[in-house]
Amino acid sequence: MSSLPATVREVMPASAAADPVISVKGLTKSYGGQAGGVRALEAIDFEIGAGEFVAIVGPSGCGKTTLLKILAGLIPASEGSALLRGTPILRPRRDIGMVFQAPVLFPWRTVLDNVLLPADVQRLDRQRLRATALDLLCLVGLEGFEGRYPWELSGGMQQRVAIVRALIHDPAMLLMDEPFGALDAMTREQMNLELQRIWLERRKTVVFITHSIPEAVFLADRVLVMTPRPGRIAETIAVELPRPRSLDVMSTPPFGGYALRVRHHFSALGALDA
Amino acid sequence: MNTYRNAALRVLLMLAAVGLWELCVRAFAVPVYVLPAPSSIVRAFYVGVSRLIYVQNAWITLEETLLGFAAGASLGFMLGTAIALSRRFEYFLYPSIVMFQALPKVALAPLIILWFGVGLPSKIVTAALIAFFPLMVNTVVGLRSADEDRVNLMRSLDASEAQIFWMLRLPSALPFLMAGLEVAMIFALIGAIVAEFVSATAGLGVLINSLNFSGDTAGIFSILLILAVMGLLLNSAIASVRRRVLFWDASQKSVTEGTRRGGTL
Repeated sequence: MSSLPATVREVMPASAAADPVISVKGLTKSYGGQAGGVRALEAIDFEIGAGEFVAIVGPSGCGKTTLLKILAGLIPASEGSALLRGTPILRPRRDIGMVFQAPVLFPWRTVLDNVLLPADVQRLDRQRLRATALDLLCLVGLEGFEGRYPWELSGGMQQRVAIVRALIHDPAMLLMDEPFGALDAMTREQMNLELQRIWLERRKTVVFITHSIPEAVFLADRVLVMTPRPGRIAETIAVELPRPRSLDVMSTPPFGGYALRVRHHFSALGALDA
Repeated sequence: MNTYRNAALRVLLMLAAVGLWELCVRAFAVPVYVLPAPSSIVRAFYVGVSRLIYVQNAWITLEETLLGFAAGASLGFMLGTAIALSRRFEYFLYPSIVMFQALPKVALAPLIILWFGVGLPSKIVTAALIAFFPLMVNTVVGLRSADEDRVNLMRSLDASEAQIFWMLRLPSALPFLMAGLEVAMIFALIGAIVAEFVSATAGLGVLINSLNFSGDTAGIFSILLILAVMGLLLNSAIASVRRRVLFWDASQKSVTEGTRRGGTL
């Protein structure tokens, strides 16, 4: 936590430093009509501080992605509110970076041009951001690949490009929707290490969605456990493992303790279902 | 597959077929008005070209084809875009379009001559009418083919609908557009020839008609040779543009089989 002051300065204006970056209150989302409708999310409350890494973990169909889409301003909430730096998220905003499960790169753009897509869309200074892009590509180990096309890269490399693209316009928060779900287990562990390294260096506020319990515990400062139908936050677990965390930490008793605490919610749920 | 040896074999096979044709015509003494030997076709071709009559008429047909293609392709692209982007437009327009698509457009040629005269305009209109369908259909399909995740990414960046169109939908549609243009080009050539058959004062179609009238089968074959070469060149012009524009498209090599959707003639 020694680099926290630097974090605060980088992520948000000094005056707002004490306030949470994200503040979600009584957030509810239902689809369809009132009677036959489906409740995807019910009364979600949480706050995320500047530079905090929060993982939301839950089984398929618990409304994780719905929650993320609301945070991204892609879909509206039915009730309650979601604030980013004190202002409600009602539509897509320019201070959010998103990473999806697939890299979602444009094959007709080079790596550099893919990374600069937010600059093109938001008409930012391309020349200035070009330097930032090259620095970030270097940070994720893609130095020298800026002129390549996405199809020339491996899946893991493509996802790194997607992460750099999400960081390029210096967003207030990074939303990641199972970004490593499509990768093989080995690459996935590698990407977890990589993401931690990037995060330690950049200290963005991150909301990371996953259904992998070890991934959530390994990466996050706090893990929000969600239960399905309707999606609720069952528990918030602060993960107090020192950073940087190595992959070895996964086989330590404290790590196992956290993982067990998360899993407990899902096994309880399984018992309920039976 | 594409080694020099195979290329040589392909040429050799073609020459062998032509040789066999020549041999059969001579051996069985087939009358020249039924099936001319390749040698008489070459002679007819030489005479026609040296008297410039082929060149002049080929130029006219080429002009009709290219202008018809340009008009039909623009119309097809604009209509396709309108349909792809506006549900309302689609709702009101689609029934008529489907009906029109089912109609054999060549059957309209006599009417078009009646309305636009025997000159160049009627040829352009016929060619355009036939050419516009494949491009319109491909434009609709192509513009709607944009990946949902990519659309969401653009939206999450606060992109306007216009930006989504220019930066995502249009490039995503390019493989479909190029396939549509390839078909449209050949269709335009068909349209031009059909219109010339019906009524015209010049063009390769007119030449075929008059050669047919005078029983010059070798001459007809020599015109067919010109048409085949013309079609091939027009097609490869589009194909070379496609290769340049679609360097990123993995399905590029199979695009002629995979994504091509034509209309009816």
